[in-house]
Amino acid sequence: MALEVDIKKAFPGFTLDVSFQADKGCMGILGASGCGKSMTLKCIAGIEKPDEGRIVLNGRVLFDSKKRIDLKPQKRNVGYLFQNYALFPNMTVEENIGIGMKLKKEEKKPLTAKQLELFQLQGLEKRYPYELSGGQQQRVALARILSCNPDIIMLDEPFSALDGYLKDTLQLQMQEVLAGYGKDVLFVSHSRDEIFKFCDKMCLISQGKSMQVGDTKEIFSKPGTMEAAKLTGCKNLSAIEKISDYELFAKDWNFRMKTAEKIGDDIRYVGVRGHWLIPSWTDQEENTMAIKEAGYTETPFEKQYLFVNALGEGNSRIWWMINKKDFIDQDGGGLPPYMIFPKEHIMLLR
Amino acid sequence: MMDIIQNIDWSPLWISLKTGFVATVIAFFTGILAARLVMKLGNKAKWIADGFLTLPLVLPPTVAGFLLLLLFSLRRPFGKFLMVNFDIKIVQTWPGCVIAAAVIAFPLMYRNARAAFEQVDINMIYAGRTLGLSESRIFWKIVMPLAAPGIASGTVLAFARALGEYGATSMLAGNILGKTRTISVAIASETAAGNYDVAGFWVAVIVTVSFLIVVAINMTSQRGMGRVKRWK
Repeated sequence: MALEVDIKKAFPGFTLDVSFQADKGCMGILGASGCGKSMTLKCIAGIEKPDEGRIVLNGRVLFDSKKRIDLKPQKRNVGYLFQNYALFPNMTVEENIGIGMKLKKEEKKPLTAKQLELFQLQGLEKRYPYELSGGQQQRVALARILSCNPDIIMLDEPFSALDGYLKDTLQLQMQEVLAGYGKDVLFVSHSRDEIFKFCDKMCLISQGKSMQVGDTKEIFSKPGTMEAAKLTGCKNLSAIEKISDYELFAKDWNFRMKTAEKIGDDIRYVGVRGHWLIPSWTDQEENTMAIKEAGYTETPFEKQYLFVNALGEGNSRIWWMINKKDFIDQDGGGLPPYMIFPKEHIMLLR
Repeated sequence: MMDIIQNIDWSPLWISLKTGFVATVIAFFTGILAARLVMKLGNKAKWIADGFLTLPLVLPPTVAGFLLLLLFSLRRPFGKFLMVNFDIKIVQTWPGCVIAAAVIAFPLMYRNARAAFEQVDINMIYAGRTLGLSESRIFWKIVMPLAAPGIASGTVLAFARALGEYGATSMLAGNILGKTRTISVAIASETAAGNYDVAGFWVAVIVTVSFLIVVAINMTSQRGMGRVKRWK
């Protein structure tokens, strides 16, 4: 077990109550802005002190309120990549990277040079942080952290300050670097795409509480709860009434649907991701809805339709996303008249 | 004019500069220390402590002089204690000049240092800690360089204030030529004696020095701001 966290901390009007265990590899923490992700990292780093609980890293107790253990951040050996990178503006790239090494000046030189090379920062040694691009700043920050040889690396929204074009390249680079180091990583983000890309395991946090911990792909395909479904980006959610073990009525959509999975008694909602809906020009037997268009937007490569159930009034809108290259405009009207909700992609939620 | 310059006793200038320098050194360290201590306090304690430490800046200097006199007078316990045990006399001596000037200059140093420390991005300090740097290393290597412009202007302001101190100095240290007569004390006593040309000469000296100091502040506080565009 690499990292064990079980902490509580109360704020006025907000309580952080997070508990998870991270194995080797990359663990993601996904949550909306302001849900307590950064606070969790700060507690692990020792910058903030939880009211109670326990934090254990590789068998080393960093914090234990019962045993009154609270190691200083300096003693925790935890690498923390801050959201704004927190490079020291009064120091050059070289000095920033070398500052955490517990070595003499001459001994630092070759190690710093190695880091500069690894992070493709050669030639920038004497530059100051404000003379660097966002991507370079991030690499310096990462090089600085890794030169302290930390037991775990914590990345706090590492890509939120970068623009789209850079982001994809840098994500790939960082993945390669982190894989090369073989360090355990805790990756905090509000972006489900980033978490999905980087992390084998993940923990969902909503309003300060850890909701779910587990395998990333599994949580995305079976979120289990409504909040988890929302956080993983599912836009189409409805309250339900159970009809039988394999059939339910989605109240918000005024729609009866069959499920592949057995509907447990604790299931209260149903969700289906917009990408999984299948357009149809004829009324099929199962899970087919006659629809009316209710809105449209697009991204460079995707069409995003909003539609409602054509039967009945006051039904909530449902998203359908489709790649432009897969889109078939059969009768020139844009949206087809029917939409199929595939059984196997229906998510039953508590 | 040449006549005045040839016959003048220059000691008030040297006493002023010496007093200003030593008082600034004292204010520099106590001001920074006080700033750090006050920053660690809780909100309410902070307001009260800040109130006390800023008082010398807003009170008439004569009030500070009066209180210092109460404290150091040989007829009162603390003054007597210093005299009997350490043979130290403050009233009517040069150390009295320094103490009066330091007390008056202190709030400028303290307030500027605190403002400079408070605008240092807290993440810099957090980053230093997670990188394993000791608190003193963080302070000297990161906080002080980042707070340097504010601390520099605080120091220069404190020096300017200490150099020109009159009210508290004249009450605590008096007006002894060659010992405690600073430029500002000289201006007051020469004017009172009707020697307007000598007083005017000292006025010219202090105006020049003060102006140079203000220019120096402007130069230090603009350092590193060259590439930042500002509101005009």
